[in-house]
Amino acid sequence: MFSLSYRNRELVNLFVVALLTAVGFASVYIARQDVVSTGSLSYALFFFALYLAAHVVARITVPQADPYLLPMAALLTAFGVTEIYRLTPDDAFRQGLWIVVGVAAFAVTLLLLRHDYRRLESYKYLFGLTAVVLLFLPALPVIGEQINGARLWVHVGGIQFQPGELAKIMLIVFLAGYLREKREVLAQGRIKDFGPLLAIWGAAMLVIVETNDLGSALLYYGIFLAMLYVATARGWYAFGGLLLFVAGSALLYQAVPRVRERVSIWIDPWAHAHTTGYQITQSLYSIGNGGFDGKGFGKGVFATTNGHTLIPQLNTDFIYSALAQELGLVGAAALLLVYMLFCLRGFRIALLAQDGFSKLLAVGLTFGFALQTFIIVGGVLRIIPLTGITLPFVSYGGSSVVANFVLLAGLLLVSHRANSISRIAMEEQ
Amino acid sequence: MNRQITRVAVVGMVLLASLIVGTTYWQAWAAGGLADRQDNAIQRVAQFTVKRGVIVAGDGHTILADNYRRRVGGQTLYFRKYPQRGLAAHIVGYSTQVRSRAGLEESENDFLTGSNTNLSTVVDTTLSKLKGETIKGNDLHLTLLPKAQRVALNALGGKCGAAVALDVKTGALLVSVSSPTYDPNLIENHFKLAARPRFGCAPLFNRAESGLYVPGSAFKVVTASAALDSGKFNANSTFYDPGFCTEYGKPVFNFADQSGPERFGTVSFTQALQHSINAVFCNIGKALGAKEILNHAKKFGFYSVPPLETPVNERAISGLYKKGKPFFPKNDFQVDPGRLAFGQERMLVTPLQMAMVAATIGNGGIVMRPYVVDKVTSPDGSTVITTKPDALGRAVQPVHAAQVNQMMQAVVTGGTGTAAQIPGVRVAGKTGTAETGENHVNTTWFIAFAPADHPRYAVAVVVERQHATGGEVAAPIAKQIMEALLK
Repeated sequence: MFSLSYRNRELVNLFVVALLTAVGFASVYIARQDVVSTGSLSYALFFFALYLAAHVVARITVPQADPYLLPMAALLTAFGVTEIYRLTPDDAFRQGLWIVVGVAAFAVTLLLLRHDYRRLESYKYLFGLTAVVLLFLPALPVIGEQINGARLWVHVGGIQFQPGELAKIMLIVFLAGYLREKREVLAQGRIKDFGPLLAIWGAAMLVIVETNDLGSALLYYGIFLAMLYVATARGWYAFGGLLLFVAGSALLYQAVPRVRERVSIWIDPWAHAHTTGYQITQSLYSIGNGGFDGKGFGKGVFATTNGHTLIPQLNTDFIYSALAQELGLVGAAALLLVYMLFCLRGFRIALLAQDGFSKLLAVGLTFGFALQTFIIVGGVLRIIPLTGITLPFVSYGGSSVVANFVLLAGLLLVSHRANSISRIAMEEQ
Repeated sequence: MNRQITRVAVVGMVLLASLIVGTTYWQAWAAGGLADRQDNAIQRVAQFTVKRGVIVAGDGHTILADNYRRRVGGQTLYFRKYPQRGLAAHIVGYSTQVRSRAGLEESENDFLTGSNTNLSTVVDTTLSKLKGETIKGNDLHLTLLPKAQRVALNALGGKCGAAVALDVKTGALLVSVSSPTYDPNLIENHFKLAARPRFGCAPLFNRAESGLYVPGSAFKVVTASAALDSGKFNANSTFYDPGFCTEYGKPVFNFADQSGPERFGTVSFTQALQHSINAVFCNIGKALGAKEILNHAKKFGFYSVPPLETPVNERAISGLYKKGKPFFPKNDFQVDPGRLAFGQERMLVTPLQMAMVAATIGNGGIVMRPYVVDKVTSPDGSTVITTKPDALGRAVQPVHAAQVNQMMQAVVTGGTGTAAQIPGVRVAGKTGTAETGENHVNTTWFIAFAPADHPRYAVAVVVERQHATGGEVAAPIAKQIMEALLK
């Protein structure tokens, strides 16, 4: 393997992923022949072709980038689309289209920024403001839409999307740029230096609280603290931030009935098993039913004997409980290990990057990815109160898939630059 | 900066690792508890993805419990149906969507769902799972004979009661009928209809194995065995019957509705049983003492839950009862031995236990373990387990069993049980007409085995709340069942 170049390694890994995807679709097909068609097998082929295209773009634009991230993203989307296909075949088609759009966004990001992504730094305020505007969109009367008690969606010409997902990446770019520039002065802890930061930050948080999107609030806050800590090396910033978070949560608990409800469901879902706690209890039953080795793709139980869905939002917020039932502990742990490996590679990129902006960008993107996974899966597992948020690359949802492909492109750009420079340095020695 | 990045990375990894811990908790540690919860809709549905084994009657082809297939949302689900409806409802039981179960459907659920741990079954279900096939349960083959079962049900028709028949040599349960019966197909959606009392009795209750009745004179078979085994009496003992027996200074009169005169004078042991003379048995009881009789009853299976494959809470213990619980006296004076000897006192028995008493006499004194599951077969037809007839022990000395057998034949040839005569077959039997405390309302019994010279079948019949005697009500029913079995 040592003789293989990064991109050839990536290609080999993609072959493995394509094989796994084919096996996944085949097992769904075998289990559900009367619902799905042989056409399902062409999904695997289509998948491979799509990632081959992504691979070619990466070969041209970022030849020195990490070879494992793209195959892992491919594996995660394969997990997701297979399970969505098994649950609601129509949604799987749409999800497939979104993955195409996502790969296109991945390619465009790489092509646009292949020379030097660091010029983004000069537009940091633009990114910050755009993020706030994006976050504000769902709150607008005509185009905004409220689903399940949270205003997260924007409806334009038949297409529905969640601008928050892209706003997250823009905020990370803003934070990376701003913190890189101001890290020394911020480290001194003078209030006035925090001004612009807190202004954009406060606006984002206000909008999120306004739209009732608690999961995102937690995610953004976590990313903010992590990046602030990395930039300033001030442990007590992170610690103080956590304290503020606890205080803020207590305040929210007192003030917002919806938060109180979430917490009481979290503490004892079985006390609300027939009302508000129904979803989480049935989701836990789904996970429990998976046992050690799972029921197998296509063999899990998700509907009543009359064919009604047992768990609402199964292919978005609760896709993890569907996967856990069908793949069992073995499969669910494997899925989580893929997330862990993805993040390990991401953090490694942050460590290898030479400049502050790159490091902050990579840390922000990676930690955001990890935290988002934790918030939704932890919510489903009742480790923390449940808040609706997507599982990166796996959940059904266009904006999430596209945003995560952009995130992946960002990590590859940083990685390519870091590896190229260290290679040049090595050659010079 | 790298130190901070490392720390953030550690935090991120710990967060993700906690998810693996959380998943492990729910899928390994808590999975069992989750599966047992009543509101677990997934388990409720999941049970229907398994093709439960069928339950076949002893004739080898009558299906008592079967499945029908339904495709729901791309999933094949199997639901239970009971083609013979009420024929063997109390033994077979039912299995519903809300996971309430009864009868063998409850107690043999592991076999029926293929979750038993016999090696061949484990291999089969694991292979099915790997191949993505439907998991099929094992089939139960019962000993119940549908024709005799039907005869018993019809003979009891319109009355509350029960009938049990056993194979004398093996202990196989051939007939177990509780009247009124119910249609297990109705339990799922029409529970109230299924449970609605008929002839004033609750149909869901299994009278054959958990119904407790005063045995009356049918218990005299136990007393007679005890008397002979004790050595205090023998087959040639003679008794004087003044028409009553004096207990605690008060006379206990013979039952008014016996055949023949109410005072027999000097009688043989055989005549005492033949005419069911209470005064004689009262004196035998006094001579033996309550504990001796009860210890003997224990050997017949009294005071323990009769071993059968049905759920343990669907089988009752026979014996003396005090405040709703079985009671064994510490001292003789706690129990009236005279009234115990002819099956009154606080003695309560199940029809199954009385059938075991008859079968034991027919089997020369050896109690056979009753069973209803003959064998369990896997979906491919191979045998998983077979029940081997098993002796629980000796209750009566062979010689004394033969003597009681002779006495019981006299009951049918010229005593209280003549209604049970079958042309060409020697029948041994004993009637019972137990007072219920209500005037002229009796629990009527007949226990029998036949052919008496080479016993094959034993029958016990009980009919509740009758104005006539066991010889008039229960004996003809027992005769019909016996005829059906002998055919």
